[in-house]
Amino acid sequence: MSNVTAPKPMKPWRATPKELLPNLFAGIFVLCGSWILIEFTGLSGKLGAFLSASILTLISVTLIANYKSGTNAGKNAFFGTLVAIGGILAILPVASIIFTVLVKGTKGIYLGFFTTDMSLASVNDELTVGGILHAIIGTVLLIALAMVISVPLAILTALYLTEIKGPGSRLIRFLVQAMSGVPSIVAGLFIYSAFITGTGRGFSGFMGSLALAILMLPTVARTAEEVLLLIPSDLREAGLALGGTQWRTVAMVVVPAAKSGLVTAIILGVARIAGETAPLLFTTGGGDTVNGNPFNGVMGSIPFAIWKALISGSDESNARAWASILVLLSLVMVLFYTARKLGKRKI
Amino acid sequence: MSETVKPSSLASIAATKSARTPGSAPLGTGLEARNLHAWFGKNHVLSDISLDFVAGTVTALIGPSGCGKSTFIRTLNRMHEFIPTAAMAGQVLLDGKDIYAAGVDVTKIRLRVGMVFQKPNPFPSMTIGENVLSGLKLAQLKRSNKEDLMEECLVRAGLWNEVKDRLNAQGGSLSGGQQQRLCIARSLAVKPDVLLMDEPCSALDPGSTLRIEETIRELSKTMTIIIVTHNMQQAARISDYTAFFLADGHAGVMVEVGPTSEIFARPKDQRTENYVTGRFG
Repeated sequence: MSNVTAPKPMKPWRATPKELLPNLFAGIFVLCGSWILIEFTGLSGKLGAFLSASILTLISVTLIANYKSGTNAGKNAFFGTLVAIGGILAILPVASIIFTVLVKGTKGIYLGFFTTDMSLASVNDELTVGGILHAIIGTVLLIALAMVISVPLAILTALYLTEIKGPGSRLIRFLVQAMSGVPSIVAGLFIYSAFITGTGRGFSGFMGSLALAILMLPTVARTAEEVLLLIPSDLREAGLALGGTQWRTVAMVVVPAAKSGLVTAIILGVARIAGETAPLLFTTGGGDTVNGNPFNGVMGSIPFAIWKALISGSDESNARAWASILVLLSLVMVLFYTARKLGKRKI
Repeated sequence: MSETVKPSSLASIAATKSARTPGSAPLGTGLEARNLHAWFGKNHVLSDISLDFVAGTVTALIGPSGCGKSTFIRTLNRMHEFIPTAAMAGQVLLDGKDIYAAGVDVTKIRLRVGMVFQKPNPFPSMTIGENVLSGLKLAQLKRSNKEDLMEECLVRAGLWNEVKDRLNAQGGSLSGGQQQRLCIARSLAVKPDVLLMDEPCSALDPGSTLRIEETIRELSKTMTIIIVTHNMQQAARISDYTAFFLADGHAGVMVEVGPTSEIFARPKDQRTENYVTGRFG
């Protein structure tokens, strides 16, 4: 055995250059074909080019696989390519949005944008005057408060539905589902009519976060329920068989096992509310001054500031709006990244 | 190894074990099922089982799939009641007291009657060491010298040498056989008097199975073990008593129980003989 020299590691499943030749021709065919289609038919523009290239790629890839390895390989290649095209099609709008926001948003970004508010700046002022500090503080406070209100309620709801399975579970599940279909403006109107109008209380950040909590709760509860259902019942039985009560078993075994999924549920909930504008219109009042107290006085937020800047219409406020969108996107990204890191880490 | 095992060979396996006098160990009076019935909904799955488990012995429960063996052992530590449609009748006596009597603290019962499941199920969010001690936390037991207890349990489960240098690794990082021994160590930490094992080796390779069988023999010096198994050689190798269960289209019944050497060499019932000789069905 000792004098056997190990053979050189190879990858015989890789295509040789000769076998790749048809692919090269197919590529040229797709490029020329799409050019001809764009030039001589009614198709035009970026989407037209994408559509014709997709169809031609689909045809040529299928034909090559069919010719090389038979009908089944052809079908496999057809659906594989279809899925890939679908994936690209799904990513395109998102990529396009991020690209647009980056291009338009960076023009309005400067240091003062993060350190000043709009209280002394008017819509036609230079971009170097004013900022959205008030809106950033407002959004962070609104999201934090909405989380404090809705996350415990949502997780407890999910635990009731999956662990206790108590009376009324079906009704509660139905109501939570119905709640997730509530239009966001209705949540805002509800808070306005129930807690603001006619009560002597004015607009405040707290009212806004109540409206946001209504929107966040069903998203978190439903996702958390699905995550908890994925935890194998083996683990629950093992906990109980070791002499744990149901409460100890849920707290020590089930919830820790579902931790990263529960974090995902909270992230989805935050994603649901971070950009909400409508429910804040009737509840927060959307001030232009920094207000660190969510229980008193009007409070700005990034979506509100974007809306306000866009409807005022001047070039400067348009640029401010795009910069604010960029800030909101970045804020959400940072939030998600942090939550992911925390969810994975062992505590 | 041939499919059909000659009764004499199983009997000889059963006879090679060191003879022991059941009940001689000072371990209380053991566990006793009296006229036990079990249902799932309207489905009567176990009928009139009366069976004594002598303290300090290993009892193997054998029989074809679906004859109610697992349901039976789940009634012995009150895990049966977690299935919403479950119902039962009869008594289970632990040291002479009915565990289904009103006012009995079910968590205390499960501390005394531990359980090892068919599929290894270490807690995924815990390290190996935390898994071993998880029972203490779950049942909120106070104990000093936790390190000593952890080592003792892992030694008794035959896992210490393999994991002593990585007690802080995740339980899921172990192989299947190691995970099952970790689960055994976990159930030992709360010092049960009885250990129920539901086909603990069915998902394991022969090497791991051998290790676990050694563990079972070792543990039976200090506790009562009841093991469900489909492996007849295993039953012959490790058990002092064997009970044969059968469901003939009706509720499962216990056909025969006796010393393992008797069951494999001279079964009294024709159905038992058919089953242990592989002529069943």
